[in-house]
Amino acid sequence: MANDTLLVGTRKGLLVYKKDGERWRVAHDEFFGIPVSMVYFDSQNGDWWVALDHGHWGMKLHRSSDKGRNWEEVEAPKYPEGTMIKEGVPASLRYIWAFSAAGKDFPSKIYIGTEPGGLFESNGEGFDFNTALWNHPSRQDHWTGGGRDYPGIHSIVVDPRDSNHLYVGISVAGLFESTDRGISWQVRNKGLRADFLPDPHAEVGHDPHLLLSSPSNPDVLWQQNHCGIFRSTNAGQSWDDISDPDGPANFGFAIAVDDQDENRAWVAPAISDVTRVAVDKALCICRTDDGGKTWKDFRSGLPQEQCYDIVYRHALVATGDEVVFGTTTGNLYASNDAGETWKAVTHNLAMVYCLCFAN
Amino acid sequence: MASVHFTYALRRFYPGLASIEIEADTVSEIVSQLDESYPGMSDYIVDERGALREHVNIFVNNTRIKDRQNLGDRVGKNEEVYIMQALSGG
Repeated sequence: MANDTLLVGTRKGLLVYKKDGERWRVAHDEFFGIPVSMVYFDSQNGDWWVALDHGHWGMKLHRSSDKGRNWEEVEAPKYPEGTMIKEGVPASLRYIWAFSAAGKDFPSKIYIGTEPGGLFESNGEGFDFNTALWNHPSRQDHWTGGGRDYPGIHSIVVDPRDSNHLYVGISVAGLFESTDRGISWQVRNKGLRADFLPDPHAEVGHDPHLLLSSPSNPDVLWQQNHCGIFRSTNAGQSWDDISDPDGPANFGFAIAVDDQDENRAWVAPAISDVTRVAVDKALCICRTDDGGKTWKDFRSGLPQEQCYDIVYRHALVATGDEVVFGTTTGNLYASNDAGETWKAVTHNLAMVYCLCFAN
Repeated sequence: MASVHFTYALRRFYPGLASIEIEADTVSEIVSQLDESYPGMSDYIVDERGALREHVNIFVNNTRIKDRQNLGDRVGKNEEVYIMQALSGG
């Protein structure tokens, strides 16, 4: 099916875009005025999920099983009583940052990643808290907040071949792998670099901004990291730095991978670390077609002066030759030629937090 | 019975929201009974530990409650309880 539906989560609500010929147009909007921290399309059952970050009333979850016509509030995950971030600091749900279907063997289940670092799995009536990850011996001393007050799980990757096999990406801690459906977890940060630590090659304490796997070869993993772009071809056993030493493809938050080609990915570069604006105040999207050996930057249709946009980690998506990204200043751009040329969908949204295709 | 009044902001989620009477000795007891009239409302007021959410205020008459962690403030008969959102962002 053609990808004709795009969900756009912004600081002021959810917009549902439909493809009308070559143009994306707003079909309707939902949750007007409320920040949407994350949006997700569950391809296993067609459900749309939205996490809302009410400033006053806490995080809320909403689900639609009829393509956004009707929504129901689903009770949000709760940290079990007595769960402590550290001594004297009880854990409570602060932010919902990731969704993932639980794999082909569990079509009705979903994982949710949260700040302050808890992973939850739906059980039909609510959510189970993953105690093994929370009790990982590295958490107390080596997980920290980065951008947010406490560590957050922003990436959940389930192996499409094996539902027992999953990864989570945590800022700031790194990558963890489970091969027994979350009963135990192994650190997978070998080859990453954490320039902000006294020991940049520490086992834990890395800052993967987003983790993805290649649909065409799930053993190929990609991450846009705080300290560059990294790729693994051995299911996370080790990582190679594929940043462009001479070009803009280096720091950033977002990454998208091609659904057919394990060597193709896109990133949205920004200036690290303090200023956080587009590189040279000019917006570009970089693409590699050779597994990160080389990068091309594409700028046609994107602003090249006085541009302060950056792209948040969940705000760049790709499927086939269709690539879309949203920015912190409310711009939404789309490409139908694999990112080589761009057209503005709109310049007037609120800050864009997250996107997903919903077909 | 204490009279419990709500900020208008909660009407977005509970369109028929109106003040209610609740028999209780503490603010905590009041919040836990809210769900009987308005299912799920306590999750809007307190987090999973039962602590008042950061940007929510509760007043007993004109006095802001002191125990934001456990909501142990006493509520007398015929007192007025106000569940309000705190101002934030200017």
